[in-house]
Amino acid sequence: MWALALAALLGVAAGVLSGLFGVGGGILFVPTLTLVLGLTQLHAEATSLLAILPTAAAGVWRQRSYGNVRWRAALVLGLGAIAGVEAGVQIAESLPEHALRRLFALLMLGVAAQLAWRALRKPPYAS
Amino acid sequence: MRLLLIGLVAGLFSALFGVGGGIVIVPLLILVAHFVERPAMATSLGAVGLIALVGAFTYALHGEVKPGAAAVVGLPAAFGAVFGTALQQRLQGRTLSLAFAALLAGIAVWLLI
Repeated sequence: MWALALAALLGVAAGVLSGLFGVGGGILFVPTLTLVLGLTQLHAEATSLLAILPTAAAGVWRQRSYGNVRWRAALVLGLGAIAGVEAGVQIAESLPEHALRRLFALLMLGVAAQLAWRALRKPPYAS
Repeated sequence: MRLLLIGLVAGLFSALFGVGGGIVIVPLLILVAHFVERPAMATSLGAVGLIALVGAFTYALHGEVKPGAAAVVGLPAAFGAVFGTALQQRLQGRTLSLAFAALLAGIAVWLLI
């Protein structure tokens, strides 16, 4: 019972993160599903994708009324990503995962720095 | 074409590192495709929904999806997303960029340790 309540609470947090930043929320869904609800890593990753559906649908529904959604761009991005996943699965097995993970993390730090730098240079009143 | 490439990169990283597509799509839309923060994040969410739809369907065919557990976290998350998007409209673009940069840096550190 407590586990269910905690999972639901973490679900709300994942949803806020998703709506606020335009990400799926899997970063919180997957650990919640494994650590709180006891799913295996594979089942958690699969189940997280299903949980993202109502989350993204609710977020996109609200964003549509705010006029922020570029539909054509979303469709093109989504189709490109689906192709990318297929390619990623193929090469994931033939590469040293640990080194790649570190490289990706460093890349993300660089991107974060660039985003922050760009935001700080922009005048505060610009959207 | 640029958008298709951004999507491709997002899907690739997503499959290789198990991070969601949005984490890759949002900064690339802002830095490469010159989107403003809010449309970038809203459009990313649409793309992520599409990716999750195909992904969930593929996993479901193999019987790996647990619908009950998905409902326990996903339905409360839908309410959270409504709140999150409302909050986003009240924040300035630069604030969103800085907070997102902090999120990225946090995930990067988590991946490194």
